Amino acid sequence: MTALLVTLFLPLLGALLLLFFKSENKGLIKNTALGISLLTFVVSVFLMLGFNSNNPGFQFIYEAVWISAFDAGFRIGLDGMSLLLVMLTTFITPIAILSSFDSIKKREKEYYVMVLILQFAMTGVFVSLDLFLFYIFWELILIPMYFIIGIWGGKDRLYATVKFFLFTVVGSLFMLIAVVWLGYYAGSEILNLSNGFTTNYLVIKELHDRIPVDLQEWMFLAFALSFLIKVPLFPLHTWLPDAHTEAPTPGSVILAGVLLKMGTYGLIRFNIEIFPVASMNYSGIISTLAVVGIIYGALVAMVQTDIKRLVAYSSVSHLGFVVLGIFAMTAEGFQGAIIQMVNHGLSTGMLFLCVGMLYERRHTRLISEYGGIAKVMPNFAVMFAIAMFASVGLPGLNGFIGEFLTLKGAFDSKILGSYWYTIFGATGVIFAAVYLLWMYQRVMFGTVDNPANKNLPDLTSKEWAMLVPIVIFIVWIGIYPNTFLKISDASTKQLVNKIEMIKFNKPAYELPEIKPADKNIKK
Amino acid sequence: MHQLIYLVPLLPLIGFVTLGLWGKKIKNETLIGSIASTTVGISFIITLLIFFELLSGGNTHIVKLFNWISVGNFNIDWAYQVDQLSITFALFITGVGFLIHVYSIGYMHGDRSFYRFFSYLNLFIFMMLNLVLADNYLLTFLGWEGVGLASYLLIGFWYDSKFPGVRITWTGDAGMKAFVVNRIGDFGFLVGMFLILITFNTLNYNEVFDIASSNYISYANTGIITAITLMIFLGCTGKSAQLPLAVWLPDAMAGPTSVSALIHAATMVTAGIFLVARNSVLFSLSETTMSVVVVVGALTAIIAASIGLVQNDIKKVLAYSTVSQLGFMFVALGVGAYYIAIFHVITHAFFKGLLFLGSGSVIHGMHGEQDIKRMGGLKKYMPVTAKTFLIGTMAIAGIPFFSGFMSKDEILWYAWSSHHGGGWLVWLVLAVAAMFTAFYMFRLYYLTFEGKERFDHHHVHPHESPKTVTFALITLAVLSTIGGLMNIPPALTPWLHSDPLLKSWLKPIFANANMVMGEHAHHGVEIMMYVLMALATVVAFGMWALAKKWYSDAAWSTPRKLAKNYQPVYKLLLNKYWLDELYYASIIDPIQKLSTSFLWKFTDIGIIDGIVNGSAKSVELLGNRIRLIQNGIVQNYAIVMIAGIVGVIAWIMFL
Repeated sequence: MTALLVTLFLPLLGALLLLFFKSENKGLIKNTALGISLLTFVVSVFLMLGFNSNNPGFQFIYEAVWISAFDAGFRIGLDGMSLLLVMLTTFITPIAILSSFDSIKKREKEYYVMVLILQFAMTGVFVSLDLFLFYIFWELILIPMYFIIGIWGGKDRLYATVKFFLFTVVGSLFMLIAVVWLGYYAGSEILNLSNGFTTNYLVIKELHDRIPVDLQEWMFLAFALSFLIKVPLFPLHTWLPDAHTEAPTPGSVILAGVLLKMGTYGLIRFNIEIFPVASMNYSGIISTLAVVGIIYGALVAMVQTDIKRLVAYSSVSHLGFVVLGIFAMTAEGFQGAIIQMVNHGLSTGMLFLCVGMLYERRHTRLISEYGGIAKVMPNFAVMFAIAMFASVGLPGLNGFIGEFLTLKGAFDSKILGSYWYTIFGATGVIFAAVYLLWMYQRVMFGTVDNPANKNLPDLTSKEWAMLVPIVIFIVWIGIYPNTFLKISDASTKQLVNKIEMIKFNKPAYELPEIKPADKNIKK
Repeated sequence: MHQLIYLVPLLPLIGFVTLGLWGKKIKNETLIGSIASTTVGISFIITLLIFFELLSGGNTHIVKLFNWISVGNFNIDWAYQVDQLSITFALFITGVGFLIHVYSIGYMHGDRSFYRFFSYLNLFIFMMLNLVLADNYLLTFLGWEGVGLASYLLIGFWYDSKFPGVRITWTGDAGMKAFVVNRIGDFGFLVGMFLILITFNTLNYNEVFDIASSNYISYANTGIITAITLMIFLGCTGKSAQLPLAVWLPDAMAGPTSVSALIHAATMVTAGIFLVARNSVLFSLSETTMSVVVVVGALTAIIAASIGLVQNDIKKVLAYSTVSQLGFMFVALGVGAYYIAIFHVITHAFFKGLLFLGSGSVIHGMHGEQDIKRMGGLKKYMPVTAKTFLIGTMAIAGIPFFSGFMSKDEILWYAWSSHHGGGWLVWLVLAVAAMFTAFYMFRLYYLTFEGKERFDHHHVHPHESPKTVTFALITLAVLSTIGGLMNIPPALTPWLHSDPLLKSWLKPIFANANMVMGEHAHHGVEIMMYVLMALATVVAFGMWALAKKWYSDAAWSTPRKLAKNYQPVYKLLLNKYWLDELYYASIIDPIQKLSTSFLWKFTDIGIIDGIVNGSAKSVELLGNRIRLIQNGIVQNYAIVMIAGIVGVIAWIMFL
């Protein structure tokens, strides 16, 4: 519990600390920000060590009274899925901060404050066990992200920020309506609480069978709109290429690495958990859009001339696998989706880092400006290739595990009830090879024809430090994914049981009895 | 001994990691080459020991290393299966692999990325061993894609060199083409696995085959079995370069020649044969799929062989030859003669490995020249290469008692006689393909090693290759000569009443498939065997004589006249039936156009962004209009206020 509170609040405290530093003191600001984020990572490792993966429920639960008038509490806790995403956040943030050292060259103090606030908000999203608290964190993300793209971004950053803001705000508004509606309905109509309102997630998630189906469907749509914009699902995706392309490198890394996962996380945590029947009813439509997104994103990525925009469109394709896995509503689908969220964070994050390294050297993102880089930057070529093949889904690296499991989950899903989702989705593996290998070919191979590329320096030690940790996890997940799959195993089985109980009246899996002593709950 | 099987792939992996991480620091070429060769050499010895253990009456062993993926009720182990099939493949992968490693020490001498080459080669051996040793589909798939990776890296090894081809500029383009075309096949493999999972609820080979063979009557010729096997076969057409996915292999010749020998002739491209053989039970259950395999194999065999007739690049000729020979193997599989396919895989590994290494020796001696029009008379300068190359040529052409004769003849016999899809037409197609093969191979030999010297003596000084190279050539030449003894066709030993060695060794592997097909062992010798064998022999010698006659004439007057008189046919063959052009025009270009103009520019930017930006714009416009009302003139506000009050009063009064 303490570890969780520290993981959550340490970045915020760090941000406050930075405010006391003088703006000129750049070295100190940078190192403090890095130190804080590394310390947060270390603390989060203790979370993982203390986590009991046999327990399907929430652990490290902490509750504090907050706004008692409508029973909104400061309620946080972790289950297997949120633990993995918290770990992803604490792992990616220091790397993003390290990559900022060279790429951010103005108003450093404000920048690092923003990044740490962003980390606080992202962690908050993944640990909230209260709808209202979740909403606050969800909206809080917008502020630092808006500034990071708007101040430190590229040439067309204003257009990108406005678009980013428009898309997400529209989604959030619908979610707010749904939160209020759900809080009122649960508090007054179902539970008859004295104040007539509650946003306690742990209470609400047990009420699914008492919410009428038509009501479920409206609320489902309101939540889903907000989450699917964030994912982003086709055709709600067009904010992403602009935001990714215009954001500074660390912004893209965090955006791809963590932010997009808030959408897919929300889908499981709220849509599937609270509105299982509505989820089943809409699974066909959303999965169809996911499959369209897999192919569409890949095809559009193929014809991009800007490397960063290409990687951005590849996210649309990759996240399609995640959404497909989620709405398959099978253990393999959920597990595949969760591991694929982590995978995408690692491999696409690394791709953005690599693109950023090229950009730092040449200040262009156009593929046609490059060629033959492998000769001048051989070590970089290896790292870039690893990131690329992880993204292509080569077995032995992480991406394959996620793609295989989501596709398998969708294939024998009784909810989806059709093989075609998987068969069409699987064509994505062909296209992924096309757009990534073709890009790599044009950037890295051939001869160095552009004189500007003749003397580019190879990787610096700082750059090694960013890439090597990611490579370790890329290989680890590819060879021995069980370390990570096990963490979210019990939680997803429990969720699948819930669905199977509704649909078939019997659970799919037997879960071990959890003794109260194991529960790790404190109040 | 079999417990040590994990060392067999592990050692090359260690070699790969060692050379990958520290190879740059090791400046000594001999040391790098020794590390890489030794790991594969020791793997070969271990495999050999396991082979002897198995030979003395061992059963199938499963050696589990660890649990790989465990989700829900889905469980996959990283486990190796030691049986006759996997050990047969492992033996020649490590054996031929070792020879080619040794060869490469001399061949790659002086290359600026010497260490990188050997680390990739070790990576390839590791992946290939996973492919054949796996005890489940998913691990095979890992090896399957892994060898694709190694192939990609090695084809584009000289990434800043140009390579001619349809829409290909750099060697890397050829590597990319290989990877992408293979991925189309891998898509089939992937879908095949999902179908297997829902049908048998496991991806473990033995479990699947047990279920399938114990209920074979209910599975026979069902749609699901046909779908599974067709999907898996799609994967095989990718990896083993069969139609319609054959187009990548000739361009794969962009890689160093030892790579062409190891990966694109001897081992990786036979992975498709392995996979069908491994799944023989399932394939035997679907007559439809078996017919498809025969048709695809036979068409590929003859089309590729006909292209080989007119090519002038020494490696391209061999590449089309490989495609064609793989077609022969698929026909053998398709007519249910599984062990014969494996036999041909092995003999082909010997003689095609030899021919490729020989061509590498020629290219090396000719300072990079690959056009046989600019060679000739090289026998004088490189006697060892010439002699061994002739042996390889005789083996592939089917000159009696060489290894290729034994295996090819058996394929032709089963193509004629099999009750499962054999017949005169299949035989005829293959016989013509074999005739073409004999011709283009002797053409290649005569243009390269005999006749007038057509190269520029001022710039090119042909010389024999170093010892490491000739050592590999001689070893493979011996194997190409006597390799056929492992499975002497019954027609040549009518006094024996037992099965040939390889057949009886592989018997347990294909027992279930034979049971499913209702195939009964028969040792009978028929008169037709001798008729066909004699015919094939006459054709082979005839083609030899023809090639010798046509190409000993310095002006090549007969072939030139033929090319002129049958211009359209010649153009068709020279341009490889315009397959690449066809694919680009009908598939790749339209997809690119659609993606750019319709999906990206029209849908994304036009429609979706149009709606979003349009709504933002209209809010802005609306805001601009409404703003006019707040113009700061108090009188206006008063008027509006009064109007409002009147309105409210009216509303209350009248409603």
